[in-house]
Amino acid sequence: MRYWSGVAFLAAGLLLPALSLARAEDPSFPITIKDHRFEPAELQVPAGVKVKLVIRNSDPTPEEFESRTLHREKVIPGGGEGTVFVGPLGAGTYDFFGDFNPKTAQGRLIAK
Amino acid sequence: MLPTALIVFREVLEAALVVGIVLAASRGVRLRGAWVTAGLAGGLSGALVVAGFAEQIAAALAGVGQELFNAAVLFTAVAMLGWHNVWMGRHGRELAVEAGDVGKLVRSGARPLYALAVVVGLAVLREGSELVLFLYSIAAANHVDLGDFAGGLALGLAGGVGTGAALYYGLLRIPLRHLFTVTSWLILLLAAGMAAQGAAFLVQADLLPPLGSDVWDTSSVLNEGSIPGQVLHALIGYVARPSGIQVLFYAATLVIIGTLMRWVGRGDGAAKPRPVKATPHPAE
Repeated sequence: MRYWSGVAFLAAGLLLPALSLARAEDPSFPITIKDHRFEPAELQVPAGVKVKLVIRNSDPTPEEFESRTLHREKVIPGGGEGTVFVGPLGAGTYDFFGDFNPKTAQGRLIAK
Repeated sequence: MLPTALIVFREVLEAALVVGIVLAASRGVRLRGAWVTAGLAGGLSGALVVAGFAEQIAAALAGVGQELFNAAVLFTAVAMLGWHNVWMGRHGRELAVEAGDVGKLVRSGARPLYALAVVVGLAVLREGSELVLFLYSIAAANHVDLGDFAGGLALGLAGGVGTGAALYYGLLRIPLRHLFTVTSWLILLLAAGMAAQGAAFLVQADLLPPLGSDVWDTSSVLNEGSIPGQVLHALIGYVARPSGIQVLFYAATLVIIGTLMRWVGRGDGAAKPRPVKATPHPAE
């Protein structure tokens, strides 16, 4: 396993510059966190392609964007922004939530 | 109170289960308490530092610093768990034979406790830093009911630690002869689950391809968000809707560590006569 992670990181180092070029082509969708809620709470994205979620946290407190169905987990600092890549997704619904405020911060991605 | 307790419970759970397994796997080894304590202390102080620098980590390396950090932590833990198991593959046979005599177990000693201590430290580091951020986000909010908050924190901590303790005492009920076989299996599955999680972070950063979404969907059978789902996720890496790369990393970890365990164990066995086993084995 050690070697695998080594390979992965080596690849990461080599690919990072190339990826920054490729990234521009992925369709991007903004999500804003405000008052511990997602805006929009329901987001339609195309199925079958990789998409980029740009999550902006306009609350002063940190939030963790988390989704068990998408296997995503990212802390977005208060007033900060984070990018999460998802997909290519099969058509369907994928839940996400704010790990620090799950009562209000609930949302879903609909891939069509 | 309950929502806070649930969040705290979830963050504590994974680390507590890891500690439970590590304690069971190191049963009877001298100084294991000191090693595990050192792991806990190191992990907790690391968690504070990581939480403090969360913003800088998130912004580092073209915005994928957090993902690479988490993946590095997870893959290091996988390597340490693998090393423990390979070591056990070499020496576990003798330990099983000597089992029953705890005194001998203690002397058999140079088990790679540092590897297990690092695993404890990394588990606490990862989950702890999230917990610290969560607590900070509550404390920074305007209307905080302190009693309610403290109650939730205590309840969540107790629940998480209690689950880890239940696993530990449950494992202790296994006869010593079989205990280390069971803990080696648990550690193997734990490592595979962590590797799959590490792969998911690299996909999130767009550094690995996902190789397909929803290879299977068992969320109607066992939802990953439920408490049993969370426990199984932490223990054996249960994922209700995995992507292809997660399945691949999970399987590859099982095969690589499993093969190394057998290979190293067999090499040792061929070099010198095996101790006589108490129970006959059909293959030998």
